[in-house]
Amino acid sequence: MRIGVFICHCGSNIAGTVDCAKVAAIARSWPDVVYAVDPMYTCAEPGQAAIEAAIHEHKLDGVVVASCSPRMHEPTFRRTVERAGLNRYMFEMANIREHVSWIGKDMEANTNKAAELVRLAVEKLRHDVPLTAKQFDVTKRVLVIGGGVAGIQAALDCAEGGVPVVLVEREATIGGKMAKLDKTFPTVDCSACILGPKMVDVAQHPNITLYACAEVEEVSGYVGNFTVKIRKRATYVDWNKCTGCGACTEKCPSKKTPDAFNEATGTTTAITIAFPQAIPKKAVINPQYCRQLTKGKCGVCAKICPTGAIMYDMQDEIVTEEVGSIVAATGYDLMDWTVYKEYGGGTYPDVITSLQYERLMSASGPTGGHIVRPSDGREPKNIVFVQCVGSRDKSVGRPYCSGFCCMYTAKQAILTKDHIPDSQSYVFYMDIRAPGKMYDEFTRRAMEEYGTEYIRGRVSHIYPDGNGRLTVMGVDTLLGRQVEIKADLVVLAVGIEASRGAPQLAEKLRISYDNHGFFMESHVKLKPVETNTAGVFLAGVCQGAKDIPASVAQGSAAAAKVLGLFAKDKLESDPQIAQVDIQRCVACGKCLRCCPFGAIKGTEFRGEPKVQVIETVCQGCGLCTSTCPQGAIQLQHSTDNQILAEVNALCQC
Amino acid sequence: MNDHIDLNRLRDPSFIAAVEAQSGQNVSTCYQCGNCTAGCPAGFAYDMPVSQIMRGVQLGLRDSVLHSRSIWMCLSCSTCSQRCPNNIDVAAVMETLRHMARKAGYVTVPKMEKFWLSFLNTVRLFGRSHEIGTMALYMMRSLRVFTDVDLAPTAIAKGKLGLLPHIPPGGAKPVARIFQRYKERARREGVRP
Repeated sequence: MRIGVFICHCGSNIAGTVDCAKVAAIARSWPDVVYAVDPMYTCAEPGQAAIEAAIHEHKLDGVVVASCSPRMHEPTFRRTVERAGLNRYMFEMANIREHVSWIGKDMEANTNKAAELVRLAVEKLRHDVPLTAKQFDVTKRVLVIGGGVAGIQAALDCAEGGVPVVLVEREATIGGKMAKLDKTFPTVDCSACILGPKMVDVAQHPNITLYACAEVEEVSGYVGNFTVKIRKRATYVDWNKCTGCGACTEKCPSKKTPDAFNEATGTTTAITIAFPQAIPKKAVINPQYCRQLTKGKCGVCAKICPTGAIMYDMQDEIVTEEVGSIVAATGYDLMDWTVYKEYGGGTYPDVITSLQYERLMSASGPTGGHIVRPSDGREPKNIVFVQCVGSRDKSVGRPYCSGFCCMYTAKQAILTKDHIPDSQSYVFYMDIRAPGKMYDEFTRRAMEEYGTEYIRGRVSHIYPDGNGRLTVMGVDTLLGRQVEIKADLVVLAVGIEASRGAPQLAEKLRISYDNHGFFMESHVKLKPVETNTAGVFLAGVCQGAKDIPASVAQGSAAAAKVLGLFAKDKLESDPQIAQVDIQRCVACGKCLRCCPFGAIKGTEFRGEPKVQVIETVCQGCGLCTSTCPQGAIQLQHSTDNQILAEVNALCQC
Repeated sequence: MNDHIDLNRLRDPSFIAAVEAQSGQNVSTCYQCGNCTAGCPAGFAYDMPVSQIMRGVQLGLRDSVLHSRSIWMCLSCSTCSQRCPNNIDVAAVMETLRHMARKAGYVTVPKMEKFWLSFLNTVRLFGRSHEIGTMALYMMRSLRVFTDVDLAPTAIAKGKLGLLPHIPPGGAKPVARIFQRYKERARREGVRP
């Protein structure tokens, strides 16, 4: 075998603490190494060209590059050797940057360690064999999980691109948090007016299948061929018959049902349609409050329904969909702010969340767009906004900034002045974060044109003053003085957290999530839409706090990724998967039980029971390899012999 | 009167390190939200709000922090520590600063020190605090004979000013031994006991 070794300087990143020329010189003394150099930047175009030239000139049949983590550039160099006519798996990479030069300053020790790692790679390469990828078909359908604005955008863009879309929404209507908003910053245009048409497009698009009141139950398969089980929760209304006329909601006698869409600022009926522009505009029965379902007598809605759509005996239904790609757009929820006892811990009716305030301002809200105090229905004159409630607060486990609260608080202050011209708004803030286009100008407008009093500081205590108002004690840190405000209404800009059930969904999708339940992108800068699971993409706040423009942009970006994936008719499978030596297999079945992907199935060979790897399902994790008592399963490109060759190289002395 | 602060001259990194080491708190995690000042019940008597004390420590402004009245007016109620979003025990920082000020010989509010010494004297003598005793000692030390004397009748009527001390079941000795140990340590470390 003829091996070429390239010890990259990576500018001074490696050469600063590793003697690259010396490592190359040592490498020349090893068996089969016929060529070893130390280029400045191996990944750059001249560096790659030099590898190709060396392969031709020295008739190399294997290449080792010692440089950075294979995470980024292994695919780069595999393409390079492939261009020069080698098999892409006749390439090995030694990580002498993250594993050596960046973590130690001792030149001599680093150089020795680098040489050992390169020796490892050379030995591995001497035992490598060419591998070829197999091709498989792609199911050109996409599943979008979550029907907020990010999911809607992803679904519409995919559907426009000709890809059939399955959109799964947990609530009774799509629209997500944006549908609850009154107006949007920084243009103060009506949220329903700009989101409504998109929601209608979803309902009418021939390429979109919408499951509302549904959740993803199980995901199996792999990129190009996922099988998804979706649980359609019982709505107790046959949506094929329901016309959304609303007659049932008028007659339902159970009128004290908390109104989830209105953030519990009002009550609704047990059978309800979330809001007038709901998509799908279908009635849903809340089984906890329905008299027929809880007490067994009522049945008013069944009598009144002109199409006979009410089905009290409805059960959950599981549907199975085959898709080639998945977009997760599960959004966010508000954190439980009642942990803040100094703000009343939820006991004062006139201390509300900003999302509740949106519903109070919205014309489709419980008050028809009139801002009133929840306690007595009077119009508030002094309104205090408190920012960063459950954001940037390590003491409640929420150290991150929720991103958009500064902006919507400014918007709410502006709208408050529009609704109640003789009102005065106060905003307690720590920092104003307004880095978007026209954002800072918008917050300035709240102060300069709308007279909002911005107070740099925190609120320490809110308590009723006994005359129906709230005393707000706080600080103005710019003055260095404690301040006190009598308020009629306090609006808390409550921080966000990952949507309820997000970690469980991540487990089903086999994607990673951070400490706070937000889904992890593949690369924080360069792959913000991809996940580490091929074929699964992210859109919206499920990945991290972002406002509507950013969520829409990421929805479109996810759609572009899906369309790009589906532009190919066949995908190549990774040949680094498990393979069964049928002669050695004793069919003990241990691998069957340990495989997390269900990639091993029983088979028969000359009348004997054996196992077989389903090549497209195997992810190459290697669990079966280490479990097999016979050594009958070998992970290609990491076989026992290849690993032993590395160990032998390392343990020579 | 508000001269600019020459940070090259006045910034003392060893002061920051000393406060962090003695209080066990990482003051650089403070992002100056002001929650401590907002909730401080003694803030009205401060010359520098507690968040500015924290800022002074962050910048290493040893003299202005150790000369402040605020560190002496602090009640050690720990509301600031409880409210801090960054889990800083602000009250521990204030206490550290008081110790450092005392060690350096800066007692900006001497009557506060006198009050504490009077209080601690009764604890050492009786094993528990004794209000009348504290009052008497404080009056002698500070010569503030009529301070709050108008409150006495109400306090006596409510049983808050008992004449006789409450001696704990084990006697006053074990508590006195704690004082003795502290005194020895203080002498070793050169602090005024």
